[in-house]
Amino acid sequence: MNSATYSSFLEIAAGLVILCAFVTLWRRSLLAIVRALAVQGMALGVVALMLGLHRHDVVLVVVGGLVVVAKGLVIPTLVKRVLANEPRSRETSPLVNVPASLVGAGALTFLAYGATRPVVALVATSAGRLVPLGLATMLIGFFSMVVRRKAASQIVGLLLVDNGIALVAFLATAGVPLLVELGASLDVLLVVVVLRVLAVQLWSKFAVLDLDQLQGLHD
Amino acid sequence: MLALVLLLVPALTGCVAAAVPWRRWVGWLCTASLGFVLVTGVVLAVEVVHRPALSEFSGVLRVDALSAFMVIVIGAIGLLAVCQSVRYLEHEISSGHSSARRATLYAVLVQGFITAMLLAVVAGNVGVMWVAVEATTIITTFLVGFRRTRGALEASWKYVIICSVGIALAFLGTVLVYLAALHAGQGDASLQWTSLMSAAHHLDPGVMRLALALLVLGYGTKVGLAPMHSWLPDAHSQAPAPVSALMSGVLLTVAFYVLLRFKAIADGALGVGFSRTLFVTAGLLSLVVAASLLLSQRDYKRMLAYHSVEHMGLIALGAAAGTSLAIAAVLLHVLGHGLAKAVLFLASGEILLVEGTTEIDQVRALLARRPALGGVFAFGLVALLGLPPFSLFISELNMLRAEVHVGLGWVAAISLVLMAVIFGSVMSHGRHMLFGARPEGETVQKSPSIVTIPLIGALVGCGALGVLAWPLNSLLHAAAMVVVQ
Repeated sequence: MNSATYSSFLEIAAGLVILCAFVTLWRRSLLAIVRALAVQGMALGVVALMLGLHRHDVVLVVVGGLVVVAKGLVIPTLVKRVLANEPRSRETSPLVNVPASLVGAGALTFLAYGATRPVVALVATSAGRLVPLGLATMLIGFFSMVVRRKAASQIVGLLLVDNGIALVAFLATAGVPLLVELGASLDVLLVVVVLRVLAVQLWSKFAVLDLDQLQGLHD
Repeated sequence: MLALVLLLVPALTGCVAAAVPWRRWVGWLCTASLGFVLVTGVVLAVEVVHRPALSEFSGVLRVDALSAFMVIVIGAIGLLAVCQSVRYLEHEISSGHSSARRATLYAVLVQGFITAMLLAVVAGNVGVMWVAVEATTIITTFLVGFRRTRGALEASWKYVIICSVGIALAFLGTVLVYLAALHAGQGDASLQWTSLMSAAHHLDPGVMRLALALLVLGYGTKVGLAPMHSWLPDAHSQAPAPVSALMSGVLLTVAFYVLLRFKAIADGALGVGFSRTLFVTAGLLSLVVAASLLLSQRDYKRMLAYHSVEHMGLIALGAAAGTSLAIAAVLLHVLGHGLAKAVLFLASGEILLVEGTTEIDQVRALLARRPALGGVFAFGLVALLGLPPFSLFISELNMLRAEVHVGLGWVAAISLVLMAVIFGSVMSHGRHMLFGARPEGETVQKSPSIVTIPLIGALVGCGALGVLAWPLNSLLHAAAMVVVQ
């Protein structure tokens, strides 16, 4: 693969990651949001695969394959199971409406470009130029955790944060050492499992779906 | 070998607890494993206090004076909390709130929790530290939600969501530190703390600034520093008392320990100014939050939780000063606060058990009605408020002195005012609960000695540390020198 095709494929994959983040804000159907999350996970895996192939780094190729399986297939399936509890799986009343959310996400993307300038300057490769997209995905994840009120949407927001950080890690450093990478991925998987267990318990014992219903503890 | 054994003993104890049905002896076995941790901590401290650090598995595990000190903290407070867990579990089972299977789960999770914290403090690799701190979040979520009431589940949801976000930020910060180290030519060793320290002067300042800000925000979430503290009062008030004691007494400070390590690296790259700004901001903000929310607090477990926010703010300010005197005082404060807070949470668990309420207004005349329990609670409050002879007095004084010494006199002044506000409100809440006459016809109630004796022991220890500095002085100094240039 010559370097021009490599960098344009990389750009497409990284662009897809942030595009999916925007889709999660745009769509209200939780099923569509989870589908966008799955596509994002796959695109993230592809980024790692491309980098691995380009650098002839076998470990990174393997990690990329694992990311496709874990973030593209396993985790979205787990989140979908949370939705099985919800009869009407739509984000009906986010705190900020959809057009305003999209404008907000655009502003966050600019912010990400500003904040990552030192990183882009240091890395200075075609991959390094894409680092702001990772940070922007992370910030959009935060944003969606704050404005969305469904338990499942908060899980999705958390996963957006995590995917954004993983994108930064791949693009800036070609992945952290394998031990840490595996630990981090396993942790994300476990957090999703934990959240699923909690969501199921909250639903089955107390019929809680919206986080607005969780107002029992305050000062 | 010793560091590996240190991790294996609680891990294997957890396996044993998982394999056999819950019995009282399982609880005592778990207690014994914490006793082993404490003794090993002391052995490690003697080993490394005047000698270079122990390193195992090509640096993945590394014990220096700072790590050894934290092992002692985990061992001491863990011992206290795990031995009280036996009584807690037996009461939960006999009252029908819980089953033997749940008790097994509890014992296994607590041992896993201890192992993860120990891994965080003996890891020589900042990536492994991150994995260990994240593991504590996952394990403690189930402990916070152990009672499975609506409040407990709500608290665990908030806890896992907020702390996962925080820890994700810390991961990004770690990745950026790794990036800076790669570009400083550290190659494969770029996540080793020692190589980061030796290369600190060559790390890219722009990237390190971003990284340190993310790390302070991220690990600061687990420390309970404002503005990311909002999980803390919910989790600490809903968790079983021994778990609150462990979380407040050690988990917060284990996260702070990781921050101290990163601060040392960043100070090498950026000078002390930048980290000082971040720590002063987080510390003062935490004090303000604690002071304003303690004033009108109605729940004594939440009161203790906000008190933790205050103390984490104080150690953040101490760390901001950053001299060796300040860091030694910070570490002494970590131990003193851990002991006093564990005593108070365990005593409050007992109060909840016998009084059946967590409302401050509903608890009256403890000293007259239950002298032993009330006395422990009273002395715990005195210790926590920083009155002599307890060690928190010395450590707070030394932190303030260090702040004035490095030109942060205004910070010391503001924190003194806020501490006075907190002192006043906690005193008035405490007075409500402790003083008053015994109602007619009610006899003086004894508290079981299995509860009171360990707690009195911990208070005596905390007092002794305040009067006699010798057992710890050289260790504290050596530990401070690890992170001070």
